[in-house]
Amino acid sequence: MSLLEVKDLAVHFGGVKAVDGVSFSVEEGEVFSIIGPNGAGKSTIFNLISRFYKPTRGTIKFDGRDITHMSAHEIAPIGIARTFQNIELFDHSTVLDNLLMGRHTHRNTNWLQDMWFLPKVRREEREHRRVVEEVIEFLELEAYREKLIAGLPYGVRKVVEIGRALAMGPKMILLDEPASGLSVEESQEVAYWVEDMRRDMGLTVLMVEHDMSLVNQVSDRVLAVAQGQPLAMGTPAEVQSDPQVKAAYLGTEVYE
Amino acid sequence: MKVIFKTSYDNDIDLHEDWWDRGKMIALVAVMAVLPFFLGEYYMAEITNTLIWSLAGMGLMLLVGHTGQASLGHAAFLAIGAYTDAALMNVGVPWLVAFPLAGIAAGVFGAIVAIPAVRMSGIYLAIATLALFVIVEEAIIIAEPITGGVGGLFAPSITIAGIDFDRYASLNNFYWLCLAVVVLVTWLYANLMRSPTGRSFLAVRDSEVSARALGINITRTRSLAFGLSCAMTGLAGALMGHFITFFNYELFSVFISINLLLVVTIGGLGFIQGAFFGAILITAVPQLIAILRDGAMSTLGLDLSMPGLDTLVFSVILIGFIIYEPTGLYGRWLKIRFWLELFPLARRDMFRRQKTYLKTERMK
Ligand SMILES: Nc1ncnc2c1ncn2[C@@H]1O[C@H](COP(=O)(O)OP(=O)(O)O)[C@@H](O)[C@H]1O
Ligand SMILES: [Mg+2]
Repeated sequence: MSLLEVKDLAVHFGGVKAVDGVSFSVEEGEVFSIIGPNGAGKSTIFNLISRFYKPTRGTIKFDGRDITHMSAHEIAPIGIARTFQNIELFDHSTVLDNLLMGRHTHRNTNWLQDMWFLPKVRREEREHRRVVEEVIEFLELEAYREKLIAGLPYGVRKVVEIGRALAMGPKMILLDEPASGLSVEESQEVAYWVEDMRRDMGLTVLMVEHDMSLVNQVSDRVLAVAQGQPLAMGTPAEVQSDPQVKAAYLGTEVYE
Repeated sequence: MKVIFKTSYDNDIDLHEDWWDRGKMIALVAVMAVLPFFLGEYYMAEITNTLIWSLAGMGLMLLVGHTGQASLGHAAFLAIGAYTDAALMNVGVPWLVAFPLAGIAAGVFGAIVAIPAVRMSGIYLAIATLALFVIVEEAIIIAEPITGGVGGLFAPSITIAGIDFDRYASLNNFYWLCLAVVVLVTWLYANLMRSPTGRSFLAVRDSEVSARALGINITRTRSLAFGLSCAMTGLAGALMGHFITFFNYELFSVFISINLLLVVTIGGLGFIQGAFFGAILITAVPQLIAILRDGAMSTLGLDLSMPGLDTLVFSVILIGFIIYEPTGLYGRWLKIRFWLELFPLARRDMFRRQKTYLKTERMK
């Protein structure tokens, strides 16, 4: 059984068919990429899985469970973490606090216990911190631990967002254009991290990405979409040689 | 500049980074505790009033500064606290029971009305809370058997274990009682802000989208913040009732709500300390104006006793802060302290805000 099963998914905004009949499934431990020109509906697919958008049609199953009608805040506890294309961090908090906020689904204390800061709260804080420190070490964020997000360079923010998703300890992570706006060296680092996430952390990765060298390097399978509709699915090489995909990209610079 | 060597995660988990910081806080409370031995009745009454305003300000700070919700109706929760406490004591309930119940009553009421209100934001929420205030005011007038209606209500003096805490007969005792309440509530508030609950408030304030993706239930979080905010304000209301001793609905006017908003904005949104800075300003400025007015009268023969002068001065201060110092008095204090620590190395423009990137196409 696949970890994520998306069947005939569609969402229409008025007349705009942002996603229209997309089906795919992601196996446990797989790195699955979605590619397509701007406005193809890739981020919208993520927002449907995150339950920010209500699908017009279709079903989403995760871990054998139908999540099509769950609330957005119920998605994190079942093991799906995500990043955003346009970085959505807590700007007035430090990197450390942003990562700690990622631990929300693992909290076992309520506000009354928190208010009195019972020994249990302290024990849990130490445990959250231990996990967060692992993430900091993995992503080499040590130098930024105490820095406010508002003052950080773009590239670091992208990494912090990945870190916050990892701190959630998910089964599957959705990365929306993790390398956009990054330098060649920085995207290479993202490639290593994605490989480590799969190999060392046992994560399943669903990624939207424009950087084809990154996609080729890390993906097991690729789904190409255009105008909300699926074009081709298969290994990176198969998808890139598909005539329909080539046509959709004609005139764009994605192929290098 | 101070450099802290952190040796365990507890350095960050603790309220204070080191014993120097902790010592300063202990010293401050100690100085506050011995003030009655040095100051006269007039000043003690003023300081007690400031403490009560700080408590009410902390209530609104949790909501506005830490969860990003507005309220123009917080006078209503002051009123609920004051009336609950006084009405319970009037039927013989001891203060030690009536006081927490006053906080709980305001808190539960706040959390319940918050459930429909939290779906709103910004100006809509402000208007909804204002409407709520009007309803509560009407309810107080109608519920005459409990509240004394238009005539008002007497808050009996407090006695705990035979010790008198009357606001007039033993003002110093009443001051110490208020101080103890404020210290306890501040400690609880600070604890909350270093725990997962506090982080969820900040998350909801700074990015609802992210908060939801992290598994935070927005409605529940906002309604909890609303409830806790109203509970704190309710406790302040109860103390205010005892401080004024005889009050009616007019004590809790909409101007009180606006003054509370001034406390948190001028004090510094998002800092617990801001509530104290703001409360000092809001309680001291009218006194200062009065002193200046008397001075102008006696020395220059100038009559400045026109109505609305206080409000005008407040408005000018508020506008000035919003334009020149959006981080409030506390933010200004942090900058001064940092400048002193770095002296003479501070550079101009050190605090200039930089736009590092623009959020385009933010998703709703
Ligand atoms: N909330 C929305 N309301 C209306 N149209 C939307 C909304 N979200 C996305 N769209 C439209 O759906 C299409 C796909 O957008 P998106 O998924 O962001 O593309 P991309 O593949 O570049 O991530 C675009 O035409 C966009 O304008
Ligand atoms: Mg996109």
